[in-house]
Order: sequence, then structure tokens, then C-alpha cells
Amino acid sequence: MELGVYSFGDVHRNPVTGAEVSGQQRMADLLERARLADDVGLDYFGIGEHHRADFAVSSIVPVLAAAAAQTRNIKVGSAVTVLSTEDPVRVYQQFATLDLLSGGRAELTAGRGSFIESYPLFGADLNDYEALYEEKIQLLLALNDAGRREEPITWRGKFRPALDDATIYPRPVDNNLDIWIATGGTPASSVRAARLGTNVIYALLGGAVSNFARHAQLFRAEAEQAGHDANALKVGVSAVGLVAKSGAQETFYPYWRHLMDGLSRERGFSQPNRISYDMQTAPKGAIYAGTPEQVAEKILLTREHMGHDRHILQMDLASVPQKDVLKSIELLGTEVKPLIDAELRNQEKAAA
Amino acid sequence: MNQILQHDPATTTIGILGAGKVGTGVARQALKAGYRVLIAASGDPKDISLIISVMAPGAVAASAADVMSEADLVVLSVPLHKFRTLDPAGLAGKHVLDTMNYWRDTNGDMPELDEAPSSSEMVHAHIPEARLAKSLNHIGYHELELDARPAGAPDRRALAVTSDDAETLALALGFVERLGFDAVDGGRLSNGAAFEPGTPIFTGSYDQAGLQSELLAHAASAAGEELALSPVH
Repeated sequence: MELGVYSFGDVHRNPVTGAEVSGQQRMADLLERARLADDVGLDYFGIGEHHRADFAVSSIVPVLAAAAAQTRNIKVGSAVTVLSTEDPVRVYQQFATLDLLSGGRAELTAGRGSFIESYPLFGADLNDYEALYEEKIQLLLALNDAGRREEPITWRGKFRPALDDATIYPRPVDNNLDIWIATGGTPASSVRAARLGTNVIYALLGGAVSNFARHAQLFRAEAEQAGHDANALKVGVSAVGLVAKSGAQETFYPYWRHLMDGLSRERGFSQPNRISYDMQTAPKGAIYAGTPEQVAEKILLTREHMGHDRHILQMDLASVPQKDVLKSIELLGTEVKPLIDAELRNQEKAAA
Repeated sequence: MNQILQHDPATTTIGILGAGKVGTGVARQALKAGYRVLIAASGDPKDISLIISVMAPGAVAASAADVMSEADLVVLSVPLHKFRTLDPAGLAGKHVLDTMNYWRDTNGDMPELDEAPSSSEMVHAHIPEARLAKSLNHIGYHELELDARPAGAPDRRALAVTSDDAETLALALGFVERLGFDAVDGGRLSNGAAFEPGTPIFTGSYDQAGLQSELLAHAASAAGEELALSPVH
């Protein structure tokens, strides 16, 4: 099972100490995390984009390129690329370049994004929310398909100029980009990813670890029905969490609370509090904060529900201090991963 | 209480329009309560048969026309900006429960909302002959399952129901009770503004007494506004 970390480069004023962090410092922090994640044997380092004041990353690929240049084995990917406000041709070119730079370690996760600031910035109309995504994901996959077959592409759509017998350069390593679709759990999104035959990653941002079990089932059943090899397609889970030898839940709480307070005001859902936090850090809840043993157990429990292949954690919500994030990355690699690997080997033996 | 539990789930059909997070979530709870559940998306029922078999096993994928004609209570769970795709003739005379909300991120701009007290009035203007109630919009689709409790449980959550039609109101109240919640009569459909996104009721979670007092507080402040707006002679 693959484990990893992802970040949007949070530069919130620290809600506990009031300390501020510059964008420049955060970039250095992100690269330090990438190097450590690679050193401790984690499988995935992800960077996502937001277009708002509290985050340093709106432009993913340069950060991933720098991370790739400073690491050896770890996969580097977007988590997520807001495809609706991008040109798929340019996205393909950028990730193909990243793939060449990193020796085939680049991945692209496409999604609609959870904020909408990028729409007015790039002239996209929110009224086209669904149509934009539908067209762009199809074009991106068609480009990858053409690349794999080493053929030019002819394409016509509504939101970008037509492509007429066009060949897109450069091609990625082995002519193939690894593409995932990210979703928050609309059944139609699972179906879309399954029919398109891409990997899927579910954002399990709170609630219970069992919440998405049906979605993973639906994804696999639909992929099978669409004629894809469901076992060859990967399912991932992204979630928030922090690993520490002790006190992870206490350390993480004020940062989680700060971020959720802001989100609940903006989106009009229930104000978070210590009770809802404790419910979600309990063994069946979907916040992965705890000791290495607790986090390993929770990821394994999630795997019983989802059968997923990859689990990635966002640790730096609202500027959790770098030292805590580094320790957490280290423990995820040196303790959580071996615990999970050992348990999965046992399960395999028992099943054999 | 007895009065609102008059209908028998075993002989009552719930028809759900929309096979998304909310539609399939309502379907699961309704099946648990013993209802017959039909569910439709915009296209051919075959397109959603797999979704339904996984997300709400036991529900039957049907065409929107069949859902509307067979259902005793039609539940509206399509994205709000698609409300004009609802068939006014198919819903004429039917008991209909509106669970929809306005989310700019996914619904886009909807200027017609400015003229409606709540989004349900806008929907009602499109399906004027439907007997419309509003509820289930102020609970998360995951919470429908997690927060449901048997009647009388001390931590049972309350949900508001509004309608201008007494029979529809009774049916919807009974339905919400059967799903596992204390159903609170919120009065006229326009009172639904008290539990739309951004309101305390929408963002919070209440027991019966708490919900009733929030509804009253909203009614009092709405009356105050009306008073303040009325011309001074």
C-alpha cells in the first residue's frame, strides 16, 4: 500500500502563536518535506493549488519540479490540478515535462477544486461548471491516449480552439502520464472516473472512515461493466492528519479548528468544536491524528471499507509548525508504513 | 405524534428525482424505514441501475415519468439550477418534498432567487400545481444516516418541515419521523427561509425544543422587518 503526504502550501498566520510565515520560507519548507518523505521511503508527495491569500501555491508544477530535482524515488503529483480553469493541452505539456525531469515519477490528479477563485481569474464561467470539467477531462485523457499511441490528435470542443491533426510535445516517459480523478463523493463522479478508466482518489475530509465504502464499490463495479480491468485501476484516499509519538491530537486541534471555522463560515455548515473533533479522531472517525499505531490502525480500517491502494495525508493545515510536520512525515515513513506493510503481509498469508 | 405517523411505509412509495449524494442518501434511509423507493436521474434508468444497486440497494431505478406517477411522495434532489427540467404536468396534484439548496459554486448565478422568499418558492413557481413541502435540506447527506435515531432517543435530532398544504405537511412530517428524526412543523412554505444555507438552523444541529425556538426567533425577526418596512402614516 502506498503512503504519502500532500499540501497546498498553507501560509496562514499561526492560530496558536500568531507567527507569520513568508511564501519564500514555505517553499523551502515544502522542499524540505519532499526530501524527508523521499528519505523515509514514502511513495507520494503531492501539491495542490488554491488561489487565495492563505496559501502559497497556485502554480503546482514549478514546486513539483523543484521537489523532483531534490528527490530520487518518490512520486511527485498534483493534488489536485483544477482542470476546469486550465487548458488541458498546456497541462499535458507541463506534466509530460515534469515526468521527463523526474524520470517518470510525475502524476496528475484532475479535479474541479474546492474553491472557485480560479474561475474569474481565468475567464471561466461558473454557469459552465459541469460542462467545462466534462470537456476538459475528456480532452486531457484523449491527449494521453494519442501520446500512448504516438499519434496526432484531432479534436473539437466548446471551450478551447480545435486541434487539427496536432501532435503535442514533449511526450512523457513511456509515452504515458499517470492520471487520477479526485472527487468528494458524488456518485456520478465515481461513475465518470470508472467509465473513463482512470484511477480515482476520494477526499475523505471528516465524517467516518466508512463513509466512502460504497463509492469505492461503485467505482470498481462500474469500471468492470465499462470493460476496464477494475483491479488495474487504483483507488486512493486523501485525508487530514498528523502523526506524533504523543499529543498528535492536541497539537493538531487548533489548526484543524482554525481551518474548519473559516470553511464553515464561508460555506454555511455546522461550526466545528472539540466534540466533533474528538468523534473524528476516535478510531472510526476520518481525522488521522495520533500515534503511529493509531494512524496505522485507522488506515487499515479504512482499507477494510475501501480496499484502497494509496492513502495520503494533509498534515500542515493552517500552518501546523514545520517541526511537527517533519516529525509526522518521518513517523509515517519509519513507523506507520512498516506497521501497515507487516499487517498486510499477515493478511495475505492468512488468505493464502 | 400518532396523527403524523398515519401512513404505513409498507404501502407508501417514495419517488426520488436525482441520484446524487442526497437522492441516494434519502433512498437508503427510506428503505430502512420500510418504504418502497423508486429513483430517477435525468436519462435512461439503465444508466443509473448500477449506481442504485450499490448506493441504495433495494431501490428501483425508474424513469422520471414513472417515479412521478407511482410515488405517494416525490422527493426533489436534483441540483437546484436544473429545477426547470422538472415536469410541471407530472408533478401536478402530487405531494412533493423539496430538499434542494442554492450553492453558487455548483449552481452558478440564479437571479430569479432574488424574487423568492426561499428557493422553494422559486421551484413552486415552476411547478405551481404540485403540493410542495420543504425539508431535509438542512442536514448533511452523511448525517441522514449517522444522526438518525429511534423515536424517543434522548439525542434525537429535529428537522423542520414547511408546507402550505395541510395534507402534504402531515405526510412530510410523518416521512421525516420515519427516517429517524423529530419532525417539527415549521408552518408555511415561505418559513423555509429560516433553514436555508447561512441560517443558524442550517449551520447547527438541534433537538426538538431548540429547533422550535430557533423557528420562533426567525419568525419574530421576519415580522419585525416587515413592520420596519411598512409605511409610516
